[in-house]
Amino acid sequence: MSKVRVLVGTRKGAFILTADGKRDKWEVSGPHFAGWEIYHMKGSPADPNRIYTSQTSGWFGQVIQRSSDGGKTWETPGGGITPVPGEMPKVESNKFVYDTSSPDGKPLTTHQWYDGTQHPWEFKRVWHLEPSYSNPDTVYAGVEDAALFRSTDGSKSWQELPGLRGHGTGPKWQPGAGGMCLHTVILDKKDPKRIYIAISAAGAFRTDDGGKTWKPINRGLRSQYIPDQTAEVGHCVHHVAMHPSKPNVLFMQKHWDVMRSDDAGDNWHEVSGNLPTDFGFVIDVHAHEPETIYVVPIKSDSEHYPPEGKLRVYRSRTGGNEWEALTKGLPQSNCYVNVLRDAMAVDSLDKCGIYFGTTGGQVYASADAGDNWAPIVRDLPAVLSVEVQTLP
Amino acid sequence: MIRVVLPQHLRTLAKVGYEVELEVAGPVTQRSILDALEARYPMLAGTIRDHVTHQRRPFLRFFACEEDWSLESPDAPLPQAVASGKEPFFIIGAIAGG
Repeated sequence: MSKVRVLVGTRKGAFILTADGKRDKWEVSGPHFAGWEIYHMKGSPADPNRIYTSQTSGWFGQVIQRSSDGGKTWETPGGGITPVPGEMPKVESNKFVYDTSSPDGKPLTTHQWYDGTQHPWEFKRVWHLEPSYSNPDTVYAGVEDAALFRSTDGSKSWQELPGLRGHGTGPKWQPGAGGMCLHTVILDKKDPKRIYIAISAAGAFRTDDGGKTWKPINRGLRSQYIPDQTAEVGHCVHHVAMHPSKPNVLFMQKHWDVMRSDDAGDNWHEVSGNLPTDFGFVIDVHAHEPETIYVVPIKSDSEHYPPEGKLRVYRSRTGGNEWEALTKGLPQSNCYVNVLRDAMAVDSLDKCGIYFGTTGGQVYASADAGDNWAPIVRDLPAVLSVEVQTLP
Repeated sequence: MIRVVLPQHLRTLAKVGYEVELEVAGPVTQRSILDALEARYPMLAGTIRDHVTHQRRPFLRFFACEEDWSLESPDAPLPQAVASGKEPFFIIGAIAGG
């Protein structure tokens, strides 16, 4: 029977939740890396036992952890104890260093600071890890300050894909409230040279040549909070989702507005429809129905909790515009949690399972595409990210 | 042998106990101790000081013989008691946060 493994990153460690295909009895493993912020964990599609984890701390900076046995044991790639005292290590693990081309070349550049002045890029943390479809040793990292890195040696060493920062609009990017983060990385299974990324607050970008060159893909976005509401860049995109079978169709939860593109991001149109509020962070697509999408509306700007204290997932079976509230098993009074941008995922079982985590420490699961919900755990630290692996 | 006391989280990361012992070549300074520490325990590179600039991370401090050395030159010789291994070199994390 198939199994699912839910990878949960929290403010105080990582947790791994496992169940068989019925998804009604769960085992909880953790906390792993107790006390550290775990921004994201994700398994390799090419080798599900390979899991990458972003472990970070305001005190100690960024650490990458890797498991090769499905999360039972972990290592810091390239960071093992040097066997002979005095010998230098062969690689420098956890080292994320921006490209330092000369000032008149690319991509050494600056971005806009909160006061409107220009500010140099400073590495803070890894927000999102996206392993390759084909090679378990290849993994992408979206980082703050916004840039995309890639490792081809199982995360021992990292190299920036500098064309993103160097393509020209970097000086117009600016940090949102959570920092200037590259939080979304979407690989196209059918076309390995195509990658989508999204940045708060810059927008979405696409490469069609494996990361050498990039273009902003924000036409159709409208943001009331920037001077030019339809600018090429500057939009606070919260998350983007794609169904692997339809790589030209993208769904976006923006700071305000739920958006859709049918041409690989070249043009967007709003599909917020009858949502109670079009603000939110997560968005995801049903594993078997490319036109069925999910969001969790959040009241904003100043509050960031569910409207009316009711935690509701909204589902559209029409690719947007027409939304239904999914409430069975979710708290419908006095609920004031948030659901952060990387904290929703789907499994690929039949029926499709939907999972999301809250800042109140609950991880909710639905084994029937959202019709019914139940908490797997309800007292974890604030949940930062949720990913799911469907295992044979 | 130089003795170094690490904060709890870095002990866990390096899979070591309360303190580690290191061979340090040449003068015993903050820089030479951290160079030796990172060479022996590469997973600690970047956790105490920046990978490139080698600036101390803001929420960490360095103590030797009950004195705060954090703002001293990284190349200043540390007390003989640290160089001889009688006293440890302390790397201390700020007590803050929730």
